[in-house]
Amino acid sequence: MAAQSRETLTLNMGPQHPATHGVLRLVLELEGEVIVGARPVIGYLHTGIEKEMETRTYHQNIVFPPRVEYLATMIEEVAYVQTVEKLMEITPPQRCQYIRVILMELSRIASHLVYLGSAGIDMNITSLWMYTFVPREKILDIFEMVSGQRMMHGYMRVGGLQWDVPEGFAARVRAEMEELPRRLDEFEALLTDNLIWRKRLEGVAVLSAEDALRYGCTGPILRGSGVNYDVRKAFPYSSYEDFEFDVPLGTRGDAFDRYTVRMEEMRQSRRIILQALDRLPAGPVNVDDRKVTLPPRRELVRSMEAVIHQFKLVSEGFHPPRGEVYAAVESPRGEKGYYIVSDGGNRPLRVHIRTPSLCNLQALPVMILRGYMADVVVAIASIDIILGDVDR
Amino acid sequence: MTAVNPAAVAAALQAALPGALEQTVEFRGETTVIVPRDRVLEVLAFLRDQATPRLVALTAVTAVDRLPEEPRFEVVYLLTSYDPPARLRVKTRLPAEDPVVASATALWPAADWLEREVYDLFGIRFGGHPDLTRILMPDDWEGHPLRKDYPLVEEPVEFVGRVPKVPSEIIPKVPPKGQ
Repeated sequence: MAAQSRETLTLNMGPQHPATHGVLRLVLELEGEVIVGARPVIGYLHTGIEKEMETRTYHQNIVFPPRVEYLATMIEEVAYVQTVEKLMEITPPQRCQYIRVILMELSRIASHLVYLGSAGIDMNITSLWMYTFVPREKILDIFEMVSGQRMMHGYMRVGGLQWDVPEGFAARVRAEMEELPRRLDEFEALLTDNLIWRKRLEGVAVLSAEDALRYGCTGPILRGSGVNYDVRKAFPYSSYEDFEFDVPLGTRGDAFDRYTVRMEEMRQSRRIILQALDRLPAGPVNVDDRKVTLPPRRELVRSMEAVIHQFKLVSEGFHPPRGEVYAAVESPRGEKGYYIVSDGGNRPLRVHIRTPSLCNLQALPVMILRGYMADVVVAIASIDIILGDVDR
Repeated sequence: MTAVNPAAVAAALQAALPGALEQTVEFRGETTVIVPRDRVLEVLAFLRDQATPRLVALTAVTAVDRLPEEPRFEVVYLLTSYDPPARLRVKTRLPAEDPVVASATALWPAADWLEREVYDLFGIRFGGHPDLTRILMPDDWEGHPLRKDYPLVEEPVEFVGRVPKVPSEIIPKVPPKGQ
């Protein structure tokens, strides 16, 4: 009896490949169409952000975070500034915290919409990208209205915001939130009971809860596998404990569960936004501490003290105490944490960014092993990686 | 869900593994335990399997370069318990001439890439790691960029009249007050 040929084929996928969501490279071992080995190669988008952050003052560093996770920019900015706030024991005013929550949840919706669109492209439903980008663009318009920028906002400040939200902000967010459920229903009508969509996603890229824990996965990957961990619930920040929302969980840990988790998260985000708008308190958006916050423009012509504070903050920055802190937010991809070590100077001694995509991507070989080549694309799309987040 | 006081976990660690705890630091409600480097794995295994609550997830592994202090390097492990929520930071100090610590890959596969990143950017070696190679920098890169003695420079440009300026020189470093 002739022995079956066990020869394997090594296939290189990426770093320039449309389905790798950036510059991910995979070295795959194939036996026919079945994957017997997979090794992700990363680092193609490493920009040395952690090193750069050591050379700038705390306020100058605000420009870097949105460039790490560029689809959830507001969340990323809050993740950084709240860590500095924790280091300096500053609590921003409640109005600021509520505005941050609204913007972060809008960011989450925008990011999940990109997930949906790009997952659609990977599964050859190219028109979905166009549909999901309509509500996403409207959210980016809101960001532009608030900060002047669509993506790299620089809107958060240590101890507050750049400025208060403009007039008409609440009405515009409300109008968008009115519209959103109809759009989500449309997507779900298109996908959830679509035979092709289900066949491509169900039972594919399965990750058990145990493996998800061992690999340090967080976010929809971990929750899709049925582990209830959401930073917003476990370690509340920015007044999340004030809002009612549910944490959707999956049961099988496959690509379809991750899809349903994200769809439900968008509806829950809408719920949080509406509660925050209803209860949005009045008052200042910055802490009343001139050693941290820039003085208002109108004071500069009258008060010498304000001029001195302005000059010191811009030319030198502030000096947080010695120490080290870690604070995390729930980004659309999972736990995004900043670990900042201060030596008491005007620049951080060390900034480490704990990125969810890196840990989630590490579990990719577990998801695709013994699966088919065609499912690799589904697995990558279901992780929803951002390579900027992986490589920093 | 209410967060557990991590200081209690540190106390339990002290009781269970005598001598494995050099120091406990409390800062801004966060607890850091500093352990000798030859007992790191023992401590991590205890915290994962026997502590209450069990710190099941290895959230981050990173390092700090404290040049010119000695011991120069700190390797930092961040452990998290999901339910009930709790965090604990485990830290070990490594000397400049011999920055080696045992790898945690046997405890968590998550440690694989995280430790490779620390090796790549700091040159700290993890004994027993299955594949300790560069991960973010190119394979043929020289030096370890996140070390403090690794300079951050701008690539030279050839425009006339433009003097390249290192970003760190725009606002000078102001040392901590009272030193």
